[in-house]
Amino acid sequence: MASGADTPRHAHLGDRAFAAGITLLGGAVLLVVGIIVVACARLSAPAFAKLGFFRFLTGSDWNPVEDSFGALPFIYGTLVTSAIAIVVAMPVAIGLALFLTEMSPSRVRRFVSFFVEILAAIPSVVFGLWGLMVLVPILRDVVEPALQHRLGFLPLFQGAPMGIGFLPAGIVLAIMILPTIASVTIEVLRTMPAALREGALALGATRWEAIGAVVLPYARRGIMGAVILGLARALGETMAVTMLIGNQPEIHGSLFAAGYSLPSVIANEFAEASGAVHTGALAGLALVLFGVTLMLSASARLLVRLSARRLVAA
Amino acid sequence: MKRLGWFLAALSLTGGLARADSLLINGAGATFPFPLYSKWFSEYNKLHPELKFNYQSIGSGGGVKQITEKTIDFGASDSPMNDEELKKAPGVMHIPTVLGAVAVVYNGAPEGVKLTPEALSDIFLGKITRWNDPKLQAIAGQPKLPDVAITVAHRSDGSGTTAVFTDYLGKVSPAWKSGVGVGKSVKWPVGLGGKGNEGVTGTVKSTPGAIGYVELAYARQNKLSMAALKNADGSFILPSIETTSEAAAGVAMPPDFRVSITDAKGKNAYPISSFTYVLIYKEQPDAAKGKAIGQFLWWAVHDGQKLAGPLDYAPLPKPVVAKVEAALRTVTVAGKSVIASN
Amino acid sequence: MNMAMTNVAAGQYAIPRRVGSHRARAVTNGVMTGLCAAAVALALVPLFSVLWLVVSKGIHSLSLSFFTKLPAPVGELGGGVGNAIVGTLFMVGLASCIGLPLGVGAGIFLAERGDGKLGHVVRFTAEVLAGVPSIVVGVVAYGLIVLPMRHFSAMAGAVALAILMIPTLARATEEMIRLVPRSLREASLALGVPAWRTSLSVVLRTALGGLINAALLAIARAAGETAPLLFTALNNQYWNLHPLQPTASLTVQIYNYAISPYEDWHDKAWGAALCLLILIGGLSLIARLAAGRRSQA
Repeated sequence: MASGADTPRHAHLGDRAFAAGITLLGGAVLLVVGIIVVACARLSAPAFAKLGFFRFLTGSDWNPVEDSFGALPFIYGTLVTSAIAIVVAMPVAIGLALFLTEMSPSRVRRFVSFFVEILAAIPSVVFGLWGLMVLVPILRDVVEPALQHRLGFLPLFQGAPMGIGFLPAGIVLAIMILPTIASVTIEVLRTMPAALREGALALGATRWEAIGAVVLPYARRGIMGAVILGLARALGETMAVTMLIGNQPEIHGSLFAAGYSLPSVIANEFAEASGAVHTGALAGLALVLFGVTLMLSASARLLVRLSARRLVAA
Repeated sequence: MKRLGWFLAALSLTGGLARADSLLINGAGATFPFPLYSKWFSEYNKLHPELKFNYQSIGSGGGVKQITEKTIDFGASDSPMNDEELKKAPGVMHIPTVLGAVAVVYNGAPEGVKLTPEALSDIFLGKITRWNDPKLQAIAGQPKLPDVAITVAHRSDGSGTTAVFTDYLGKVSPAWKSGVGVGKSVKWPVGLGGKGNEGVTGTVKSTPGAIGYVELAYARQNKLSMAALKNADGSFILPSIETTSEAAAGVAMPPDFRVSITDAKGKNAYPISSFTYVLIYKEQPDAAKGKAIGQFLWWAVHDGQKLAGPLDYAPLPKPVVAKVEAALRTVTVAGKSVIASN
Repeated sequence: MNMAMTNVAAGQYAIPRRVGSHRARAVTNGVMTGLCAAAVALALVPLFSVLWLVVSKGIHSLSLSFFTKLPAPVGELGGGVGNAIVGTLFMVGLASCIGLPLGVGAGIFLAERGDGKLGHVVRFTAEVLAGVPSIVVGVVAYGLIVLPMRHFSAMAGAVALAILMIPTLARATEEMIRLVPRSLREASLALGVPAWRTSLSVVLRTALGGLINAALLAIARAAGETAPLLFTALNNQYWNLHPLQPTASLTVQIYNYAISPYEDWHDKAWGAALCLLILIGGLSLIARLAAGRRSQA
């Protein structure tokens, strides 16, 4: 033992200890996720016991006075704001990614990617502040009245323009998920072999035709994965949405209306929920949120990996 | 690794120091008295630099829940805990600190709006949706109201202010009582939810056509228009220190201080007034903290009352102060009264 | 390989058969390029708007007392966010003590023995953890730390932040280690250095620049989190460096100030946001430098 570190026996022991150590640390990740699931499940048990899982998911009544809790308005609000975010962010992010990988000189690319990285680093609460002080007044005084004037016959744009509601929450979410979608898309596009693109160009395609005919079909699944990753981020985003959505558990067709989202109601009510059922209902919402983001992340990774693997297989 | 060790050592050292020279007492709850409490704790810290009261205005619902869970040293709420809540937190006492009024504030209609109980409850039920609704315009002495949509602003968190406001609406409107009910968080038929008195004030201030309910101090500090409400005696009353005090004048105070003074009788009584409470355990678990809390509350209901007026809270009536003194004497640490030394 | 690729280009991704006139194609190309450029501009508008407002509105609040004083009581002017700055640094420091070893350790595991079944499970779990909303982590920290300890505390906040740091760190560490050339490892083993020491003092040391980069980015991200602190660290009007007491943070302070009705507090919110951005920007910059040095080395 004392003879030094290079005796085989000692080295063997050291290796075993090292392996055990890092395996333990790797296992800790499983433990953490396990703890999260178990903690949420245990907290939410009283609510599911009282309300029933299905009734909880499909109920639209959220009434702490009567201990009646339904998750639907929050699921709806989360879906609507995330949908707005995707619709707004997807074309912009993909356009940006295409421009950076296919069209721009490398100096522009580095410059823009730097700013996209900054955009990704801005904390949610700062976006909330910006939304509250800058975006909301613009929407209320300019954009929403104009939309209503032109497109007021659509149910999407009815009701009093308040500035606060689904629309600003969705727009701020769009800004927040844009870097996610853009950077993953760029990654996917970069994995594409230059030969494919060059082949199309050599056949006389314009740059855009090469993108349409070769680049986009090649990257389709990867881009879908990027969008799903963005969606997962949008679903779980808390602060900015809480500050902008209006915090009213209702299901409204209009984008101008106030709503509520899963993370927001947890943020607002968890510290004050009295009684096991109310606390349980909120933990149940956390569980729903966890489940949905889990499915989304898993499918996104799968898509990105599939699209990367496809070429390796070929 | 070595550096990490140093860092940890420095950390525990500073942690130890922070504990040695001062006592941090944590409280949380109502946003309604927060402007006053924040002043009180700041002033009291000047008198007793070793005592630091950290008060977070997370809403009365949060105050009740966290004192029940014993995660804080004292709670605060504007509406007394109900019997069911008290059952979960045996030994919690209500100590009234001041009186406040819940002002109905609005934005985008001219000054001097008058509201009857029916009109108020119809607005918050979503039955009246525009300012120039005939039902509002018909009220005698009403200024000319604009053709603007009403945006209701209410609390998104569990709130004592909400409890007081809905307690009032429940008393004056059967439709409210059966349709929405009374409590710290209710199912609002319409509107935007804001977090805390701060959030509702912010929403009303920034949204033309908005109407909401906030503590008088928030309305005054932010120069919001306030509606005069028709009280039980039929006169239209604006919230103020005097009209709030008058609402409390006739009240018969029960020994545990849990009382509602909404819709009070009296010619000048403002109908949505309330006591606001600090919630503490009668048997304090920590000697130093228990003593500090007891003595702070003693100071608050005596010298502290002078700070209430300038911040638009009404001081406690004299007879109530006497009762609070008696109650504070019963607060104990390991069987000994925390006030004995006074 | 070559054959296959030609197949892909010619078959699967069929080039449209009917192509318009040369002019029309050029115009389409120009328009689409323009649209993509417009997307870049559109993406950068909110960024510059946020940065410009945070700087222009926040700069007025910045003064010495803003960094050194405690928040003033409601309705009084003056005061600062010194305790929130210290609180954020303190909690992020605590979180790093917990999160860095766990995250980096998990990353080493994934790189060294991550090709087995357990490795795949851990990798997938880390990806799932990366997608867990931060508010959910806050809920768990409240249930597991605040409730049993009967105290809101910096520690509870730090644990929540640490959990959020783990997955990004694990993935970055794995990538960095896998980038280290095999030959380096083999040379060390050939010299008779035990495998575990090779991993630690050769492979890990080579990847150090990248690890520092990843760690700083994870720390910067943790510094910007609000939701997991709301009901763990709560907030505190006073200075606090005790791990078991409630602690102020820049993010929670910005939130409280932003939703308040007071103009003065709005100004302070912008000021605090500027502080936060400077902090995060500084960390990212150092991270960039660390990464740059690595790529030169």
